[in-house]
Amino acid sequence: MSDPPIIEVKDLKKVYRVGLVDVHALRGVNLKVARGEFLSVVGPSGSGKSTLFHIIGGLTPPSSGWVRVGDRDVSKMTDGERTNLRKTTVSFVFQKFNLLPNLTAGDNIAIARHIAGKESGRLDGFDQVLDVLGIKQRLGHKPSALSGGEQQRVAIARAIVNHPAILLADEPTGNLDTENSAQVLKVLRDVNERLGQTVLMITHNPEAAAYGHRTVHMRDGRIVE
Amino acid sequence: MINKLVLENLRHRPVRAFLSILLIAVPVTLMLTLVGLSKGTLEDTARRAKGVGADIIVRPRGSSLIGLSSAPIPQGIVDMIAKEPHVTLATGTMTHPLGGLSSVAGVDLEKFNQMSGGFKYIQGGKFENPNDIIVDEYFARQNKVGVGGKLTVLNLDWRVCGVVEPGKLGRVFLPLAVLQDKTGNTGKLSQIYVKVDSPESIPKVIDALKAKLVDYPIYSMEELTSLISVSSVPLLEGFINVVVGVSIVISFSVVCLSMYMTVLQRTREIGILKSLGASRFYILDIILREAAIFGITGTVIGIGFSFATRLVIQRMVPGSLTQSIVPGWWPIAGMIALSASLLGAMYPGLRAALQDPIEALAYE
Repeated sequence: MSDPPIIEVKDLKKVYRVGLVDVHALRGVNLKVARGEFLSVVGPSGSGKSTLFHIIGGLTPPSSGWVRVGDRDVSKMTDGERTNLRKTTVSFVFQKFNLLPNLTAGDNIAIARHIAGKESGRLDGFDQVLDVLGIKQRLGHKPSALSGGEQQRVAIARAIVNHPAILLADEPTGNLDTENSAQVLKVLRDVNERLGQTVLMITHNPEAAAYGHRTVHMRDGRIVE
Repeated sequence: MINKLVLENLRHRPVRAFLSILLIAVPVTLMLTLVGLSKGTLEDTARRAKGVGADIIVRPRGSSLIGLSSAPIPQGIVDMIAKEPHVTLATGTMTHPLGGLSSVAGVDLEKFNQMSGGFKYIQGGKFENPNDIIVDEYFARQNKVGVGGKLTVLNLDWRVCGVVEPGKLGRVFLPLAVLQDKTGNTGKLSQIYVKVDSPESIPKVIDALKAKLVDYPIYSMEELTSLISVSSVPLLEGFINVVVGVSIVISFSVVCLSMYMTVLQRTREIGILKSLGASRFYILDIILREAAIFGITGTVIGIGFSFATRLVIQRMVPGSLTQSIVPGWWPIAGMIALSASLLGAMYPGLRAALQDPIEALAYE
């Protein structure tokens, strides 16, 4: 008997109110993601990819439908429970890196540990991860002193430092050149393979999408293939 | 880690942090300076009253404890008091306001010296000529005069004949008869100082004087100096409360505005922290710690500034104002500044804590 999916989405809908207009960002999404899977999500702008990630990651509740992450129903979670989900189970990597500009790279990673209520000391084996990411010598620098590729690798380190079950990467290579993009994608695949973390990645780039085990396409708030 | 983040945030915007702290330090300085001035001036008044060397003081009918009175006491009463049993010396003085907090005292120098142990002259000596005036060291410094210098008092020119150590009755002295004459109070006094043969005699003499001088406030000097306090000066306590209130409003407003700007500037960072799983309390904690740093640092700088204001007052107007340093008020001022800062940060802090993470992350 196969393991139950780590993420299961059923008839997920999300309507935003923008001024007086209702925007239907998701119009009934159904999706299953297996534990340890690297899933690429592609689709044009406005197709609802980011909204889907935000709901799975507990940044916003759905308007209707059902989302299960692990054994928990995200759609029924309170704000505090969704905060706890982000702290323990799901983490994000963003296109714009989103590092705290006043902290060093090392402190950007450490604050994720602090928020999770864990010791600020280095994790066992995390040195190796930093080696793989190629940022070990750059931890004392602030984001403004790092290249885009380095910043994104710090963001990945921050995202995996607490060993979340799921990593949601929203166009992680969108602001990077080809070389840095390739490095980041390799790192994501490494994270998926070595640490067994489930990775969902939004991308516009078919080459990037090819790093995943599977690709789903979104259009107009629905998964189309 | 939160402290590190807060300190790094402050370091990142040093001008905003500096101005916020400065604007909290100013009302703290205001509070401490006003309280220090009140206490210092009253302590100086008590010190100078004690410096007269008397055991008992007789004040005019209907006068307040330390207010300046005119000269309504008939001079003949001095002789009557001097004849009382146990009284070894009685001398009357007259006090005439010079504007502001300054006054000139008319003294019978011989009797005043007997009672007080005598002026200690830093320069010059006693009255020699009808237009001679004696001033204390602080008044001389404030008015930049020395022995032989000219001084205009009561719209008349006087020659400074002596500069004395401060601490006895007043800061400017004229012969009693001269002051009475120049102010149209011949034969009148503002108060009478009485010395008795032993401390045990003080209550007896007071009782005897009260029986004869009905309605005259008569105090032992011990009692008088113990009664000289902020609450004995009409409206002073209320004025201090007003300044404290203004300080609270200023500190609250400064921190509220500053933290509101901070929350706006750091919207995206708040979104990042929320995406990492930071709770509402975690975000609020960051904002409140920053406000607490403003309040505490502002208090420390305000305390430092109060030493500076004392120095300025000592240099500029030593003859008019005396400011004490009142450490007992440091924690009070600190609590006021800290409470106002935390209250001021509460609204922006809650606003940050309740921010939608997606909107915050999209903020440019």
